[in-house]
Amino acid sequence: MSIIIRLAGITKVYQVGDESVHALDGINLSVEKNEYVAIMGPSGSGKSTLMNIVGCLDTPTSGLYELNGTNVSEMNDNQLAKVRNKEIGFVFQTFNLLARSDILHNVELPLIYGGISSSERKHMAREAIARVGLSDRIHHKPNELSGGQRQRVAIARALVTKPSILLADEPTGNLDSKTGNDIMALFDTLHKEGNTIVLVTHEEDIAEHAHREIRLRDGKVERDEPVKNRRIVQASSNVGVA
Amino acid sequence: MNYAFDEFKEGMLIAFQAIRANKMRSVLTTLGIVIGIVSVTLMGTAIEGLNRAFNKSIAAIGADVLYIQKWPWGGGDDWWKFRNRRDIRMQQEKTLERLAETASAVSPTIGASRTVKYGQKYIEGVTVVGTGYNFLEISGANISFGRFFTRTEGDGGRPVCALGSEVAANLFPNENPIGKTVKVGGYAYDVVGVVEKQGSLLGLESLDNRVYLPITRFFQEFSSRWGGISINVKARSVDQLEDTKEEVRGIMRKIRGLSPRQEDDFAINQQEMLVQTFNQIGGVIAAVGLFITGLSLFVGGIGIMNIMFVSVTERTKEIGIRKAIGAPRRTILMQFLLEASVLCLLGGIIGILIAFPLSLIIDQVLPTAMPVSTVLIAIVISLLVGLVSGFLPAYRASRLDPVDALRYE
Repeated sequence: MSIIIRLAGITKVYQVGDESVHALDGINLSVEKNEYVAIMGPSGSGKSTLMNIVGCLDTPTSGLYELNGTNVSEMNDNQLAKVRNKEIGFVFQTFNLLARSDILHNVELPLIYGGISSSERKHMAREAIARVGLSDRIHHKPNELSGGQRQRVAIARALVTKPSILLADEPTGNLDSKTGNDIMALFDTLHKEGNTIVLVTHEEDIAEHAHREIRLRDGKVERDEPVKNRRIVQASSNVGVA
Repeated sequence: MNYAFDEFKEGMLIAFQAIRANKMRSVLTTLGIVIGIVSVTLMGTAIEGLNRAFNKSIAAIGADVLYIQKWPWGGGDDWWKFRNRRDIRMQQEKTLERLAETASAVSPTIGASRTVKYGQKYIEGVTVVGTGYNFLEISGANISFGRFFTRTEGDGGRPVCALGSEVAANLFPNENPIGKTVKVGGYAYDVVGVVEKQGSLLGLESLDNRVYLPITRFFQEFSSRWGGISINVKARSVDQLEDTKEEVRGIMRKIRGLSPRQEDDFAINQQEMLVQTFNQIGGVIAAVGLFITGLSLFVGGIGIMNIMFVSVTERTKEIGIRKAIGAPRRTILMQFLLEASVLCLLGGIIGILIAFPLSLIIDQVLPTAMPVSTVLIAIVISLLVGLVSGFLPAYRASRLDPVDALRYE
């Protein structure tokens, strides 16, 4: 099975006044294709920093980060933007949709930055929107949708470029539990279809959807183990149909 | 290629969305540019008008004519020196006419102010010009009917005259002046022709409130307080004007018996001197005028820059989102540059739409029109203002750290 994410000796040091804060202190971990990983930890454990580095929004102070076999730890801003565009699909807690654009345009946006032609773009965006079940809302603005629907749009936007990893940061944090469950069910399905998912959360029951749980504490990996009581029963094989 | 266009389209879309979302703010900001463009284009139009008015009014002087006179045009510091110069006399004109080989025509002129009468009608203060038969050849004016006086009439000092169009219109509103007798300063002259309308010189002296008569006759009947005459020399062409000028200068020095060390005691005036003087003054007026009106455009630009900083701050989160899903720096930079340019361009276009009718009002005073070039320049300038004042905010936006930007609430 191919390795998608490989982190070796990743550190991140912030300078706060005269003090150096070690947000990440030597992280080593690998994520394989079609894994479903939850990153857990209390606030201040470094999980946000880790997510930013994995999502190529930030670069480590030291250490090696290989994404799909490419060293991205020393890339510049524009190279990282390209990697984010092609390889990473973000799902944020606050959805982060563009309020003034309709659903289609929101989902289309990564493809515009990816340089995909207009007709192909429209086709791909419609497909992604259909995938999350919102085809009838294609010309609505985000503020005309419910929270759950907005998060589906965000997931469609994350999926539309067919990225290597889906990176979800507290995806149910702003949703009620029922809607949250629907979203998690969608993630489960996406995983079954072959997507690699990294989920950052502090909620146990959300993390239990994943197959593997990584706990951070004080910038280090405290525990890295398979999830024992999976919340949703999966088919015996994890191998997707990608 | 395709990407650049899609990126541009996306940028335009965002710009118009942003402008529509903040209508009041956009209108007020654009107003600064509108005022700037209106004042700059109107200043440009007024300057164009001044130039046109000047060029039109000195056309009568002729670009290929030299005026040999006691006084240099544009004056000088040394009034007494010019005052004490010897007058230029008719005899000198005759000699010059005989010797000057590069001149196509030489003619003397002298003027005086007299009352001209026909029957009960009279006009006071008409400029009586004593000159030679070939005056029109030199001045470039045309006869509208009748004829100018001939060489024979001129040399013989016959009592004939040609009227300026204004004089003719006032004295002969309903009849043909040719063959009628007018009284110039009390002396009778037969009208042989009317000179066509020429307008005024530098907006001061009407060239049509004139009577032309033979200079030999002028000396017999009008004692001129000017004393000397002016010799008008027409070169064969504008290109040969300098050669003619040198030749005339040499001949005049000889006629007036100047030794090689003495400086000229006469002036050779030409249209170019006025043009130069005007260009100096006009250039200063244009520079100062455009600078002052340019300041208002500058203030408008600062307004744009200010509002773009506000816009960038307001949309920090949006910038973060766009960066997260893969927008490179260049795209963010262009997005905000486009927004600033669209604001300024709208301001420029509105400004021109306002300035154009105003320029028609200016046209009532000065012969002008808003030239296409001014319109184009105004549009380019407003675009430039947008790019320049939008650059700093756009640059700042493009450099935002995606992590910080996403966290911004």
